[in-house]
Amino acid sequence: MPAPRYAREIPQRYRFEATRCQNCRKVAFPPRQVCSACQGEAFEPVVLSDEGALVTWTVIHVAPKGFAMQTPYVVGIVELPEGVRVTAQIVDVDPSELDFGTRVRRVLRKLGEENESGILHYGYKFVIAR
Amino acid sequence: MRDVYVIGAGITPFGELWNMSLRDLFVAAAKDAMKDAAVGRLDGMYVGSMSPGLFVGQEHLSSLLADYLGAVPVPCVRVESACASGGGAFRSAFFEVASGASEVVLAGGVEKMTDFADVTGALATASDQEYEGYHGVTFPGLYAMMARAHMRAYGTARDEIAAVAVKNHENALLNAGAHLRVRISVEQVMSSPPVADPLRLLDCAPVSDGACALVLASEAYAKQSKRPLVRVAGIGAATDTIALHARSDLASLEAVARAAAKAYAASSRRPKDVQVAEVHDCFTIAEIMAIEALGFVGRGRGGPASKGGETSREGPIPVNTSGGLKAKGHPVGATGAAQIFEIVTQLRGEAGKRQIRGARVGLAQNMGGSGGSATVHILELV
Repeated sequence: MPAPRYAREIPQRYRFEATRCQNCRKVAFPPRQVCSACQGEAFEPVVLSDEGALVTWTVIHVAPKGFAMQTPYVVGIVELPEGVRVTAQIVDVDPSELDFGTRVRRVLRKLGEENESGILHYGYKFVIAR
Repeated sequence: MRDVYVIGAGITPFGELWNMSLRDLFVAAAKDAMKDAAVGRLDGMYVGSMSPGLFVGQEHLSSLLADYLGAVPVPCVRVESACASGGGAFRSAFFEVASGASEVVLAGGVEKMTDFADVTGALATASDQEYEGYHGVTFPGLYAMMARAHMRAYGTARDEIAAVAVKNHENALLNAGAHLRVRISVEQVMSSPPVADPLRLLDCAPVSDGACALVLASEAYAKQSKRPLVRVAGIGAATDTIALHARSDLASLEAVARAAAKAYAASSRRPKDVQVAEVHDCFTIAEIMAIEALGFVGRGRGGPASKGGETSREGPIPVNTSGGLKAKGHPVGATGAAQIFEIVTQLRGEAGKRQIRGARVGLAQNMGGSGGSATVHILELV
């Protein structure tokens, strides 16, 4: 991934920065230029909560290049209090511990790397909130 | 808009076709379709292909394929909507003829997938790369998360999901061009290697090479054809969010439901009028969700209906008589066209041992990604 593409996503991947529509209050993550609910174009910044609830999940056994060394790993959809849902890995967990509504907490982790000598990619994953 | 007919159809076998290149595949199917139509005229071409750039390092299919079909200078455009590219190409060709701009237009699809190693990674580009693919989710993974949501919402059971694969493999035994012509059992599906829990290897469509082409024409040219007349009775298309996580109901396919509503309205047909259907079963759970979205069964009844044989060749609504993506094979860009090929074959009464007797109304449903785009086409024997 070229460096500018990586750099552009840092506010979302490192800091969970989102936007709230000033018209209908819907929160968008990642930020959008046009609100998907009301087509409004004015937004204010908002930072998403760190804790949410698991909506659904899977255990990936066959992975794309770059993730093959991690299998099996859990990917889930997490709903945050702001009404936003995100897809992310759920780590440090035995899949049998997971259920619908399981509380999970955001952590900053390494997600991947460019190649042997390239940029390391960091971003959000989730662990069970204890 | 004026009426549009399908007057020619051609297809290659689907499978690991080591001896055929992307251009070989497309030209073989297109040549057969043109011979079948036998009208001696071609005004335009649309070709669905998801990712020839990633799979074989080739873009600009419009020139390449018109050239190798010997059709230069006929205009040609590649249409891309992930796994719904073939349906999108057919839709584009339909409008070109319906508008009166052209008389005879070819719509096809092609994908050459088995030359390429990281197919899982290439297919993942049909998801939201920055916010889904980046986190390591795969296509089986997205459908697995839908399967889990469907099981939660409706109590859909694992063996009901497996029944889809068993039925489609059974149908493929009667289709000489199918990729996976092998009978399987529910037990084999449920004990096959895990791919993305709860989905296993035999829940997934294979990685296939293949191409398909259809010739669409106005009534004047259709009447010159000596083949049984199949009319495009109604079409519909819709989109949904690209990211699965952004949808309020993970257990339904809203783009499919919306596309279907348009196609039913345009054709003045209802779900119960459809006598044979090809639906987009890239994974077993997708067929269950598709037959619900198309209104063949009620919401949440897809699992029991599949296990109960309602979608078998003998059932009230035969689904995927070709073997579906699951067993006929899934060269992604070709799939949408190949579904329509099967419906045309059934309506013409030429489906051999898998023929649904007396079928006059058929439906083909194609979708891209995890359901972010969808097309529905309803065809009728005139």
